[in-house]
Amino acid sequence: MDIKPSVQSNVSVDFNYFNQLKQQLKKERRKLMFRRFISNKSLVFGTILLLIVCLFAIIAPYVSPYSPYDIDPANRLKGPNSEHWFGTDNFGRDLFSRVAHGAQVSLVVGVSVAVLTSIFGLVVGLYAAYYSLLDHILMRICDALMAFPDILLAIGIMAVLGPRPINVVIAVTLVKIPVVARIVRSSALVVKEQTFIEALKSQGASSWRIIWFHIVPNILSPMIVQVTYIFAIAIILEASLSFLGAGVPAPDPSWGNILYDGKIVIFSAWWMTVFPGIFIIMAVLGLNIFGDGLRDYLDPHSNKAMK
Amino acid sequence: MGSYILKRVLSMIPVLFIVATIVFFLIHLVPGDPAAVILGPEATPQEVEQLREQLGLNKPIYEQFFSWFVGLFQGDLGDSIYMRKPVLEAFSDHIGPTLSLALLAQGISILIAIPIGVLAAKKRGTSVDRVFMLIAMIGLSLPSFLLGLLLMLLFGVHLKWLPAAGYQPISAGIWEHIRYMILPAFALGTIQAAVIARMTRSSMLDVLSMNYIKTAKAKGLKQRVIIYKHAFRNAFIPILTILGETFGSLITGAVVTETVFNLPGIGQLVVNAIVRRDYEVIQGTILIMAMMYLLLNLLIDLLYGVIDPRVRLSRK
Repeated sequence: MDIKPSVQSNVSVDFNYFNQLKQQLKKERRKLMFRRFISNKSLVFGTILLLIVCLFAIIAPYVSPYSPYDIDPANRLKGPNSEHWFGTDNFGRDLFSRVAHGAQVSLVVGVSVAVLTSIFGLVVGLYAAYYSLLDHILMRICDALMAFPDILLAIGIMAVLGPRPINVVIAVTLVKIPVVARIVRSSALVVKEQTFIEALKSQGASSWRIIWFHIVPNILSPMIVQVTYIFAIAIILEASLSFLGAGVPAPDPSWGNILYDGKIVIFSAWWMTVFPGIFIIMAVLGLNIFGDGLRDYLDPHSNKAMK
Repeated sequence: MGSYILKRVLSMIPVLFIVATIVFFLIHLVPGDPAAVILGPEATPQEVEQLREQLGLNKPIYEQFFSWFVGLFQGDLGDSIYMRKPVLEAFSDHIGPTLSLALLAQGISILIAIPIGVLAAKKRGTSVDRVFMLIAMIGLSLPSFLLGLLLMLLFGVHLKWLPAAGYQPISAGIWEHIRYMILPAFALGTIQAAVIARMTRSSMLDVLSMNYIKTAKAKGLKQRVIIYKHAFRNAFIPILTILGETFGSLITGAVVTETVFNLPGIGQLVVNAIVRRDYEVIQGTILIMAMMYLLLNLLIDLLYGVIDPRVRLSRK
């Protein structure tokens, strides 16, 4: 924004000047944030791995001429070749398309679980931290939920709800809410005791306003970091459930059920195990490294140094 | 110490109660009539009614809840509808391979992880540290069933060094048993090792920066003595905690890894139960596993006092 010579009062000139200063500061900060992002190797490497998986999921279906569902008995269990880049499976279906479709399933399940656990974990954790009576009840429930080995509880939920992708999201979300709730609660307990919250209370601020406008912004970073790990766990759990036959049902492809099909023909078709395997590792490794990088990036101590 | 144990045991009661309640209501999540779902669409109304009676589903819910609890205290987890035997019996038939797998995997993971974690902490910031931690990160990102499949592909299918899948009980000879278990145990142990190595490293780093370590160095003690006698003992408590907390993921991994290698353990029991809609078995297995987790963590809490005298004193 240019400073125009103003014929109005001096005050408006000052405002302009401050606005410009503010814009400049914003730009500087954005530049700094970008530089910190670039210098954070984990964050960059994690982002690259995730981008590869996401681009593969989005673009591959357009690149590949084959549908993930078309059965072609003449071309059963063909190794990777110029026509079928990843080979074909035991029904002659194109593995490249199936792995790409599986990537979409995994990413959608992962994102949904991450978003849903954040929302519910935030609500549970915040109110547990704020109201001590509620805390006792909610945390005992969380303790109990965390006592279940997560795949077994997820299997139990899937067994009663039936094998469908949406139910995978529900099962994994239910299993992982306590984890987020605990992180939120422990950070919120610290923020709650700070002087500015006391000041707000003495001004007569409502608990709604204190919780959602003053506590939440201060506890988001540890939660976001935790949620990236949960994203990774959700991908593993989805693959495990589908591998066990309790997740995404055939003929819909998912990394887990491709691996299950691959196990049956492991003596003759290595590609059915290796290709989905590589993508699972890339996605999970990418998320874990990204989470570690994000933790360093969002760490309040290094943030202070920047300001 | 006695009052501490009592308090800790008493604090478990509400959690156990909630665990049991969640498991009880799990079967009631079934949309519609669980009896009809179990029997499938071909069942006659008489058969459904008979099963409802057998499962006690025709009674009011509070009565069902009450008798489920009374049953629990008598060690009665219900009967498997498909196998026609008590759930507890089905569980004990299958726990052997799972326990053997979990213990072997834990053993392997501790043997690999602790030296790596200690070494990485000792060589902090060097390339040795970085390489170890990168390997740990990759290990952490490898689901055990996938690693199992890849190991099976390499050592079972291509190199043919070890059996690709299958199971031999210990009664068939310990060596034969281990030959079949080594691939699954490695598959399961690796992810566990990654977790423990990271924890060992950070816990050792915390301890090594303490003043008493400086004093020990100033006294002229050998580094080996400082690391293993002075530092490691204090770094061990967080490591022990992580061993307890990861028991859940160990069992999770074991259940799936077993299925990869066709081991007749809890994984197989549960997977078959899903296919047969044998809800009582799923319910019972989940409940027993959760209780094992809680008891193990109680045991570890109590072990702190044995390892660290300071814990014992502060709790008196």
